[in-house]
Amino acid sequence: MEVPRHWRLKKQRYALVGEVCPHCEAKIFPPRDVCPECGGEAKTAYAFSGKGEVYSFTRMGNAPAGFEEQAPYTVALIKLQEGPIVTAQLTDLGNQEVQIGMPVEMVTRKLRSDDGEKGILVYGYKFRPAMAA
Amino acid sequence: MTEKKWSRNVALVGTGMSKFGAFSDKTSRDLFVEAFCDLKNYVDKGFDPKRIEALYLGNFSSDQFEKQAHLAPILASWIGISPVPTMRIEDACASGGVALRQAALAIASGEYDVVLVGGVEKMTDLHIAQVTEALGTAADSQFEIPAGFTFPGFYAAMATAYMAKYDAPKEAFYHVSIKNHKNGALNDNAQYQLTIRQIMESKKERAAIKGRPVPEWEDEMEFLSDPKGNPNIAWPMALFDCSPVSDGAAVALLVAEDLAQEFTDKPLYLIGSGQASDGALPDRETLASIPAAKLAGAQAYRMAGINPEDIDLAEVHDCFTIAEIMASEDLGFFPHGEGWKAAMQGKTARNGDRPINTSGGLKAKGHPVGASGVGQVVEIWKQLHGIAGERQIEGEPRIGLTHNVGGSGQTCVVNIFERRD
Ligand SMILES: [Zn+2]
Repeated sequence: MEVPRHWRLKKQRYALVGEVCPHCEAKIFPPRDVCPECGGEAKTAYAFSGKGEVYSFTRMGNAPAGFEEQAPYTVALIKLQEGPIVTAQLTDLGNQEVQIGMPVEMVTRKLRSDDGEKGILVYGYKFRPAMAA
Repeated sequence: MTEKKWSRNVALVGTGMSKFGAFSDKTSRDLFVEAFCDLKNYVDKGFDPKRIEALYLGNFSSDQFEKQAHLAPILASWIGISPVPTMRIEDACASGGVALRQAALAIASGEYDVVLVGGVEKMTDLHIAQVTEALGTAADSQFEIPAGFTFPGFYAAMATAYMAKYDAPKEAFYHVSIKNHKNGALNDNAQYQLTIRQIMESKKERAAIKGRPVPEWEDEMEFLSDPKGNPNIAWPMALFDCSPVSDGAAVALLVAEDLAQEFTDKPLYLIGSGQASDGALPDRETLASIPAAKLAGAQAYRMAGINPEDIDLAEVHDCFTIAEIMASEDLGFFPHGEGWKAAMQGKTARNGDRPINTSGGLKAKGHPVGASGVGQVVEIWKQLHGIAGERQIEGEPRIGLTHNVGGSGQTCVVNIFERRD
């Protein structure tokens, strides 16, 4: 990824910062300044709790460029407690079998390792099985 | 109830296609010319290319695949129809189907009487990792791709959701793959003209020749269940669930309805057309269906004034086996959750009551992404004219449907064609 684009997305990448709609209170991720629910303008920042559950997933056997070192790995759609769904890798799974509905929580990890030519390592959110409360 | 808003009707008077496959010696220009020459075989009264008033070209990414953008005017000049207006339509893997719909709308508007629709993609010059990256640009490159998703991954996540929701087994997907390879084996233009059984037998033979242990697969199901025969790509999607990387082109000639008889005694009529869009996967209301396909299908049925039961055959977008099963439900052929059973029961085979992908589908015929939507129309033309050879379905089919999806469902376009005689 080009460096400027990486920095532009930095806040969302590290901390799951989205938006909340002042009109209908919908929580929005990724942030887009317009509420997808009611169409109103929505620029109020909102930090998600990072807690959610697995909505669906796949175990990648054939990794794309930049992800070979991690293969095989599991990528998932995570339904956040606040509503929106995000795409992310699952991590720290150990021997745990992934299932739809499994509770997970956000952690910050290295996402890919092939951006050496641009001089950056890209970090961002992944999700791990939720620790017992 | 028919809901006609078009100011005039549109007819299809011929189609053509290149062979689909991997051709190191051909560029997209060569493939397009091959398809255009083939068209002349099917417009039975012949036509003067100078009558073509515009070219609508479906092409996903010649800029990434061949380092050649702005492809439409080049192809027009290559077939000698400059200076007609040309445009490249990009809606990922739905580019071809959308180009056809846009061409039809241009005729319906009254602006043109005769329009050439093309679809082309030349993908195999790039290494497979670069192809994956190029296709990835059809997804959300800011939020989905950085997580490590790929297109097989998106459809795999849909398959996981579908299996969980409807208690469907992975074996259902194998039936789609086996059927489409059987159909492709009867299609001279297909990239893979081998059944899964033939592929399995040839792998056994090769092992024997090389003095390696010969695998003990009894039948296709055993072969497909064995990761040595059918390696995991993105669980639950394995190698034989995925359409290939392909080169190919296809064309269709559309004209205003009242001119059709000047070109052929047997035109097909575009009686229904619909198109819809959606956000990336996280923005969908469900993963076990493609909502844009349901909307596009419903629009097309409403315009045609028909129901799903009236469709004699369909070419659907089986970029992955799960996609064909979801399509068979989204288009109303089977209730939600029943498509996987229908596939296992053979209902979608050539001799079933709802033949799907008699051409071999994207799976076996090949998936040169910008050409696929137009390639589907070529099969409908052949089947409705009774000239599909060994794979011809019985019962003189009258109405055929094409279902063309872009990305993981961000775009879907459905077109319905009818033979009247
Ligand atoms: Zn709102």
